[in-house]
Amino acid sequence: MSEPNKYETVVGLEVHVELHTNSKIFCGCSTAFGAPPNTHTCPVCLGHPGVLPVLNRQAVEYAMKAAMALNCQIADISKFDRKNYFYPDSPKAYQISQYDQPIGEHGWIDIEVNGETKRIGITRLHLEEDAGKLTHVDGGYASLVDFNRVGTPLIEIVSEPDIRTPEEAKAYLEKLKAIMQYCDVSDVKMEEGSLRCDANISLRPYGQKEFGTRAELKNMNSFRGVQRGLEYEQFRQAEILDSGGEVVQETRRYDDAAGKSFSMRGKEEAHDYRYFPDPDLVRLHISEDWKASVRATIPELPDARKARYTADYSLPPYDAEVITSSKKLADFFEESLAFAKDAKAVSNWIMGDLLGYLNSNGLELSDVQMTGQGLGEMIGLLEKGTISGKIAKTVFKAMLETGKLPQQIVEEQGLVQISDEGAIAAIVSQIVEANPQSVEDYRAGKEKAIGFLVGQIMKETKGKANPALVNKLLLERLK
Amino acid sequence: MALNDLRLHDVHNKLNSKELSVAELVGASYARIAETEPAIKAFITLNEENARQQASELDKQLQEGGERGLLFGLPAGIKDNIVTEGLLTTCASQFLSNYNPIYDATAVRKLKAAQSVTIGKLNMDEFAMGGSNENSSYYPTRNPWNPEYVPGGSSGGSAASVAAGQVYFALGSDTGGSIRQPAAYCGIVGLKPTYGLVSRFGLVAFASSLDQIGPLTKNVEDSAYVLQAIAGYDERDSTSANVDIPDYTSALTGDVRGLRIGVPKEYLGEGIDPRVKEAVLKALSVYESLGATWEEVSLPHTEYAIATYYLLASSEASSNLARFDGVRYGVRADNPSNLIDLYRKSRSQGFGPEVKRRIMLGTYALSSGYYDAYYLKAQKVRTLIKQDFDQVFSRYDLIIGPTAPTPAFRIGEQVGDPLTMYLNDICTIPVSLAGVPAISVPCGVADGLPIGLQIIGKAFDESTVLRAAHAFEQHTEHHMLRPQL
Amino acid sequence: MSITTKDVEHVANLARLELSDSEKEQFTGQLNAILKYAEKLNGLDTEGVEPTSHVLPITNVMRADEERPSLPIGKVLLNAPDDEEGQFKVPAVLE
Repeated sequence: MSEPNKYETVVGLEVHVELHTNSKIFCGCSTAFGAPPNTHTCPVCLGHPGVLPVLNRQAVEYAMKAAMALNCQIADISKFDRKNYFYPDSPKAYQISQYDQPIGEHGWIDIEVNGETKRIGITRLHLEEDAGKLTHVDGGYASLVDFNRVGTPLIEIVSEPDIRTPEEAKAYLEKLKAIMQYCDVSDVKMEEGSLRCDANISLRPYGQKEFGTRAELKNMNSFRGVQRGLEYEQFRQAEILDSGGEVVQETRRYDDAAGKSFSMRGKEEAHDYRYFPDPDLVRLHISEDWKASVRATIPELPDARKARYTADYSLPPYDAEVITSSKKLADFFEESLAFAKDAKAVSNWIMGDLLGYLNSNGLELSDVQMTGQGLGEMIGLLEKGTISGKIAKTVFKAMLETGKLPQQIVEEQGLVQISDEGAIAAIVSQIVEANPQSVEDYRAGKEKAIGFLVGQIMKETKGKANPALVNKLLLERLK
Repeated sequence: MALNDLRLHDVHNKLNSKELSVAELVGASYARIAETEPAIKAFITLNEENARQQASELDKQLQEGGERGLLFGLPAGIKDNIVTEGLLTTCASQFLSNYNPIYDATAVRKLKAAQSVTIGKLNMDEFAMGGSNENSSYYPTRNPWNPEYVPGGSSGGSAASVAAGQVYFALGSDTGGSIRQPAAYCGIVGLKPTYGLVSRFGLVAFASSLDQIGPLTKNVEDSAYVLQAIAGYDERDSTSANVDIPDYTSALTGDVRGLRIGVPKEYLGEGIDPRVKEAVLKALSVYESLGATWEEVSLPHTEYAIATYYLLASSEASSNLARFDGVRYGVRADNPSNLIDLYRKSRSQGFGPEVKRRIMLGTYALSSGYYDAYYLKAQKVRTLIKQDFDQVFSRYDLIIGPTAPTPAFRIGEQVGDPLTMYLNDICTIPVSLAGVPAISVPCGVADGLPIGLQIIGKAFDESTVLRAAHAFEQHTEHHMLRPQL
Repeated sequence: MSITTKDVEHVANLARLELSDSEKEQFTGQLNAILKYAEKLNGLDTEGVEPTSHVLPITNVMRADEERPSLPIGKVLLNAPDDEEGQFKVPAVLE
């Protein structure tokens, strides 16, 4: 086994994000996911002889928006180049991409790991077209090609080799996903392939300046998969180095089920992509006005929201980080706050009950019926004493399942808390009289006996008695 | 009835007065093809059934009256690298011998709107690579003036068919001279429009930054009409220019007084056949007599044009022709052992030697380590060549010279010597690199073979080019000469 | 710079062309001749000259993000050398 902390890990990530335009980047075919094979194709995206590409303005603007949100400098002049290679999923045998004049360069994002903020550099962000899909048939002897996905606009985001741990890699991806979500440029669903990640990873002894030889890791299908894949690769490379071996520069495929990576050597040969400017497309001149108009569409981003939550609502940084990691969740939080005063209480319900429920059931916020208004109003009822904490749990569960507002749930199920002193005093008398032994025990110094009496009162009121009032009136009665 | 003796107005007048029907025009076209095709071999695919049906529909429309297209009823031939839906489009390549297009090129849609009748698809050098039609993978087209000679290329089928009176007009494509040079060799009029004037959508790409579709006709007036029908902005071609299209026929005034003509000394220097030079000088004296002036000028980077062109065009071609991989269309090789084998076999069996040669050259020029030395260098020299033209056009309205340094050569004479073959394009290639318009008009005959005069204009100034060409035609009789078939 | 048969083989591989020995030999000679001819460009000083990839000064040609109808599957597969279940069929990458 390798001695811990002997090597420093260096990771750079290449992330592809599909932009959710209506039509493809160079033709009018739909980009919708899940259509029958080849039904979203035309002569242009099938690469028929004589066809020409025409650039989708929305794709350019989404790429600009994403680049701005990642703090990139936006190019004044950008262009498209052909990346030449033969593969059945690439109908023209070249991919239209951007080589030396990408839309954005020199950006960064901040990530949070173990309570520390770390800045990860973004080398570049460029626009390109997606490829088709191959399905292997005939026992692997043949493949079927579906070109529906060909021409879906993609942005490729290349990070600097600033990432030092698999955990940081995961945090980087989560932040990137959140930013793309906030910008509303992509569905960022890894399971549908609208976010894909490759990683370059190398190890070097601490203190060494030069990077070690890197391996490129592919086929990681989830954020956890990326983390696990990098963890495995760290271990694999450390073993090689410890035994005096040399890491081979190669592409490796990660198999999450096996928890191992496998060399793809032999499956690909040395590439010479022969990039050159695509003569079918003209240059982009990105004016300051155009940049400003795109910049104006960028909403408040996760970091800004997080800062606002800690400053304005005094949320602990961790809570603010978790809540702002998803735009939907942050919007839910703010919607709740319109109906409840105590931001910390709202945060606690979200962090505890809501996320606990979602995580344990493998659900997304959008999968449940509850609204921010519902949670806010429920907390409002708690604040006013209309319902007890215990009833709130019941109401919360009902909201998750039905989406009804708490007032309605409370009324339908008769859950309103009894806060009428007279009514509670009458029940207190009734219970005290019916349990002389417990009263005696209490007076003899057995503090425990009071719990029994409270329990009896709550039972009598089906849990609806205001617990504070019950305590107060019971103690008065027993004096 | 040979179609090359009719003028467009006469045809339309005769159609109006019912002296002639579209069916008769189309019938005459096919009759002429039956008569002359064995000697000429201008066509790859005929569209006879559809054309005759379309003719009867047009005749019906003629009876009913109403608005008619600009090229109503005219029998048209289309170069086989311009995509026609439902009509085989082979680019004269074995690879596409079975390719049945699923869409129409924009130029073809425009011809349909102008109501010409597509007679068939014309032979060419495979993928437009060549200047003799000997690179057709089917059979070489022959020059109607002498079947022992090449018709030029790559639009050799288009030029020969018009010259032989098989069609009223033809569409060709020009990348480095592929309309102008065959027009010169076949004694007809060929116009390469300004890059960006005619949509390239549906033109099977050879060199995207140079390719243009243009008309081949037997006179300048027809050239203006056909250009009118096919020119204009196309939202499907990002390199299509959004410019106003003038009325080209109204430019044909016959008046060239005051026009300033520059004559590049590089086009009349070494390597130019003296008979060609003489014909060009004679043509210049015609212009002088009409009130224009000419002076010798210099396009100093002309000698670099061919090398520049072959590097750029071949590089673009190597990428453009990569899509012919046997996956979605085209002829797939039998029994490939795996995918890469399928690619290699299909492409090697499907492409002829000149196409392979240029793919090899272009792939090399773009490959790692050579890009700067070849491709990028050539792009920079292209800038210098374009600046040559800018400078001359700052002082002159037109540039005039020969279209080709010699008349047509014998079939087989230059095969196996690609470099010599490339040098035939010395007068047309610089114009393509500069992207400006040029027309070739007949200006003489040497030993029974026509000579072409090249008139080059400023970008998007086709009107002046056509005006000068038309004036020359009005005062000479070269365009009246017909090959004896 | 002179091209060897090995260069020709490498380029043929990039271009997915299968060349016979005689073709390799022929192309080696011809490409050398053409590239030697092209070397005359090196005699020109192009320091500071912008490369031309387009003769026309057109920029920012874009279309609106509007969906247009795709082709019926019959047309998509009309020219397919081999197809199955609405998809194009190809042999596997490796044997």
